[in-house]
Amino acid sequence: MLSAAEWEVVRLSLLVGGTACLAALPLAFALAWLLARGRFPGKLLLDGLVHLPLVVPPVVTGWVLLLFFAPNGPIGGCLERWFGVTVLFRWTGAAIAAGVMALPLMVRAMRLSVEAVDPRLESAARTLGASRARVFRTITLPLSLPGLTAGMVLGFARSVGEFGATITFVSNVPGETETLPLAIYAALQRPGAEETVWRLAAVSVALSLIALTASEWLGRRWGRRLHVL
Amino acid sequence: MSFDVDIAKRLGTTEISARFSGGEGATVLFAPSGAGKTSVLNMVAGLLRPDRGHVRVGGDTLFDAARRIDVPAERRRAGYVFQEPRLFPHLRVQANLRYGGRRATKAHETAQQEPGGAQAEADIVRLLELAPLLDRWPRTLSGGEARRVAIGRALLSGPAFLLLDEPLASLDRARREEAMRIIERVRDEVRLPMLIVTHDPQEAERLGTQVVEL
Repeated sequence: MLSAAEWEVVRLSLLVGGTACLAALPLAFALAWLLARGRFPGKLLLDGLVHLPLVVPPVVTGWVLLLFFAPNGPIGGCLERWFGVTVLFRWTGAAIAAGVMALPLMVRAMRLSVEAVDPRLESAARTLGASRARVFRTITLPLSLPGLTAGMVLGFARSVGEFGATITFVSNVPGETETLPLAIYAALQRPGAEETVWRLAAVSVALSLIALTASEWLGRRWGRRLHVL
Repeated sequence: MSFDVDIAKRLGTTEISARFSGGEGATVLFAPSGAGKTSVLNMVAGLLRPDRGHVRVGGDTLFDAARRIDVPAERRRAGYVFQEPRLFPHLRVQANLRYGGRRATKAHETAQQEPGGAQAEADIVRLLELAPLLDRWPRTLSGGEARRVAIGRALLSGPAFLLLDEPLASLDRARREEAMRIIERVRDEVRLPMLIVTHDPQEAERLGTQVVEL
């Protein structure tokens, strides 16, 4: 089946993808809620900013990340000074790139699900004595679970498939930043590595298919319960 | 005097205003459809903010534009039965009934009312004949059943007063009679100040201790 080096690529891809979408989850859900329910000046601008990575060339996103996280950059400088760590050429950097690229997709799915929560249920909960925080925890959050899961799955699939921003930001370091697409690309450049390309491509397709099927199944299971007022 | 309401609010191009006071029992707000009756209830419940005026219930000021008082909805202790049941679809009937229970216990501690919690729940379940429904999901309930659960949920939240929005709308004749009986029972046994909105003159006549026309 897969060689040891290929398994390493798969393991790393799962690590990077999983970390990216878990780390992006709270931010994505907060943004989704803000965009769905918030009324504040600059909402359009925030909406635009969140969606930028979806439309800007990934290379540009990678380059911007590089500017921010370089040792003399605003974030990279702090990381180095306070914690003595750098994310450049590290899997953590790959996870950051993947998370930034996945964020807009996650926000979109979650925003739709927050918008689908009937505000009349939330006001009913308030008349029953629930604070805004409790309304969020007991009504809004559980009712938007299907969309939240869908967003996670989309985000995960997108993270595992991230290429342009990752290779620009943290380059291709085998065993550290070489995820599935980077490994496939590298194998394509090597004469005689067609079999590796086939196997890794098959793994990519299988991973995506499993993720999508799982989210569809979960969504249906919950969806059935959550209908009618 | 249980209700002392004098409010006005501009919504789009329509001006909604209401001025009434009600004593013991049920006060019925009677007006044709589209007169903004639901908005009036929302303003009493704290879900909609009036432009001016005041809302006082049982001597407590819940809203007063001039004195800048605006008690948030979750602290007004309104037992609000909406026109549609608004049961929480992800919770079974029993969990729906208990959703506001936390406040009921708190209110009991401070106000020294009748014992809340299990006893109150058993009483309400009996009063509204909810026992066979407790384990069901809201989506499996009929319209009449869902409405009874909604009334029970409001009563179990330890309310200081009740708001009922068209409680008999969209029920067939038999169910209307049943719902009417239940509301009369609640009015006479639970004895909380009640504000009922309706566009049906018969309903207004029968349920209201007094009737206010908007």
